[in-house]
Amino acid sequence: MIPYNTRRSVLLGLASSLALLTALSAAAQEFITVASTTSTENSGLFGHILPLFQDETGIEVRVVSQGTGQALETGRRGDADVVFVHARAQEEAFVADGYGVERFDVMYNDFVIVGPGDDPAGLDDVADAATAMAAIAGSGASFASRGDDSGTHTAELALWEAAGIEPMGAWYLSTGSGMGATLNAAAQIPAYALTDRGTWLSFENRGPLQIVFEGDDALFNPYGIVLVNPERHPTVKAEQGQAFIDWMVSDTGQDAIASFTIGGEQLFFPTAGRPSE
Amino acid sequence: MTVPPSPTPAILPLTLDAASYAAGGQVLLSDVSVTITSGRRLVIMGANGAGKTLLLRLCHGLIDPTAGRRIWADGSARTAAQAMVFQRPVLLRRTVAANIAYPLALQGMAADQRRDMVARTLHRFGLTPLADRRARRLSGGEQQRVALARAWAMTPHVLFLDEPTSALDPSATRIIEDMIASIAAEGITIVMTTHDLGQARRLAEDVAFLHRGRLIEHRPAAPFFAGPHTPEARAHLAGDLIW
Amino acid sequence: MEDPFATAFALMASGDPELRQIIGLSLRVTLTAVAIACMIGLPLGAALALARFPGRGALVVLFNALMGLPPVVAGLMVYLLLSRSGPMGGLGLLFTPTAMVVAQTLLILPIVVSLTRSVTEDLWLEYHEQLRSLGAGRLRAVPTLLWDGRVSLLTGVLAGFGRASAEVGAVLIVGGNIAGHTRTMTTAITLETARGQLGLAVALGIILMAMTLTLNAVAWGVGQWAKERLE
Repeated sequence: MIPYNTRRSVLLGLASSLALLTALSAAAQEFITVASTTSTENSGLFGHILPLFQDETGIEVRVVSQGTGQALETGRRGDADVVFVHARAQEEAFVADGYGVERFDVMYNDFVIVGPGDDPAGLDDVADAATAMAAIAGSGASFASRGDDSGTHTAELALWEAAGIEPMGAWYLSTGSGMGATLNAAAQIPAYALTDRGTWLSFENRGPLQIVFEGDDALFNPYGIVLVNPERHPTVKAEQGQAFIDWMVSDTGQDAIASFTIGGEQLFFPTAGRPSE
Repeated sequence: MTVPPSPTPAILPLTLDAASYAAGGQVLLSDVSVTITSGRRLVIMGANGAGKTLLLRLCHGLIDPTAGRRIWADGSARTAAQAMVFQRPVLLRRTVAANIAYPLALQGMAADQRRDMVARTLHRFGLTPLADRRARRLSGGEQQRVALARAWAMTPHVLFLDEPTSALDPSATRIIEDMIASIAAEGITIVMTTHDLGQARRLAEDVAFLHRGRLIEHRPAAPFFAGPHTPEARAHLAGDLIW
Repeated sequence: MEDPFATAFALMASGDPELRQIIGLSLRVTLTAVAIACMIGLPLGAALALARFPGRGALVVLFNALMGLPPVVAGLMVYLLLSRSGPMGGLGLLFTPTAMVVAQTLLILPIVVSLTRSVTEDLWLEYHEQLRSLGAGRLRAVPTLLWDGRVSLLTGVLAGFGRASAEVGAVLIVGGNIAGHTRTMTTAITLETARGQLGLAVALGIILMAMTLTLNAVAWGVGQWAKERLE
């Protein structure tokens, strides 16, 4: 009696969970997958511009936010249609290796160096970013690095190189995690850190941290957008992906980027159409 | 009361032909030849460790002889028309009614027939008030009654019972003995073990006496109790007087 | 950081559609994974208890060990499997709730299998002669043992649910934490922590805890009731 009921309920369960699975995977509409960086997602930029794009084109954009290195790897594996990151050299290599079609400038923001308010390295009177990094290394204060191959991490390494310093030792802390987690760590220690301005502005758990150095050209942080090469991965939604890229570099898209502010401050500055230097 | 349909073909008599059972290098049943005939109440007697339970399990088919043969009259290896009640019967974690229904479902009986059979069985043994109780929560005597009813519902031609009252108080023992007698009265063959000599006297038509794994007497009960042939059986019965 | 309890309460009271969607997805993914893991794990665990074949011991040890499989590793395995460049890339399942279900099923399955094996093994010890006598073979015994072990098995299923609803490593990798699509309670907490919105992160954590607590309370109640009424 009961065993038969059991069998029936097992069958029912099987049927209903299959139904559940199908329901879960049923795609509501047209969509593309964009692999991007934590800085764009965490700052809230996508929340601001994507609804505008979707209203106009009906295409849903699903953003997977990762470090730049991981985002490019996602593109290389064919798991995203578009890559939107900020490490120009890596993006150009991505295109040169045949993984991406073409790189477009979209916007920039800048990096800032944040550190404890008492500024033990005395960065307010240094001239440029490389000198600032050297001052931190020489001061005995700690520095918290992303250490995750992200665009920010790449930019940081370039600054160390310019300063002629090999970052190593007890003062140099590689967190191996995202911008937010690294800032959380820097606030606790406290330590200096390099961060993009967007994440910094929207970051709330600052503790003693403030901006201690900004404004050098070396801290320029350009974002590029690349369509993943459909010849390498036929599953790439080239048409919709290109539509997104076209929109991002169009006047509408650029205006949308420019209109995104936090506390009245603009975070990203459109650069599409300008000759890249 | 319901009488099980007459066996076609008859599964009885059951014959053990020089059956032995050995385990772990020890011979536990040795060269047992016995014929169990239809419609009788056979009580297997003997001291603890004589092999009574083992012989029941061998007849029932839970173990196979390591030497010799077990032959059912219908030629099958393990016939379905039999049931066994264990010394400590395992009731399933369900209601009394569901326990009785369980083997019927295994036999492939349709649901409505099953419901009828369960109701009939409960009524037959006065268990209807307990139908929806959790079987595991019943007293030992009630559990034994349910086990016996479950076995009866399978409409066996032969029913094996292993020490059916060993753990029960006298009044529960009375009820079980009455149940066994009434089941036998329907023509169902009974094969049971007991160490309770009074019970053996009350229920046995035939007696099989085991001593150290050997069957040393198999006779009708009345002459056996009046004068056992073997000194071992005589000593066993004498123990009765001491207790 | 504002009072997280106040934030949590305000969030729940507001009936925020985004939050509702996140909670709904979390429950859907985890419950589906639990259901699938049960459908595979209950019979498999019982079979493992009853069947005798060479390599059985190794399999038992393997499933016991897999109970400690780190979620990130499970996530990585499913990621490599479902990636466009992986063997099952053609299905296009990466960064979908289905991928999250697959990863979580992988996490829960060993728990269900191992617990089912140990529960049915004990029951089988008690039941096997009686079941044979009543006419049930090993195969037929499987549903009987599962049904009679149901109260104990509930504990294992709950443990599986707890593990799945609490983990973030696997769903983050294979789901991608896409807003409105694959964002669950735990990945949302990760995101809010990364954004430095610790108050919101803790508030979400409180809501998750409250859900888990409620579910466990219900399950415990059902278990007690079942013990009373079903054993």
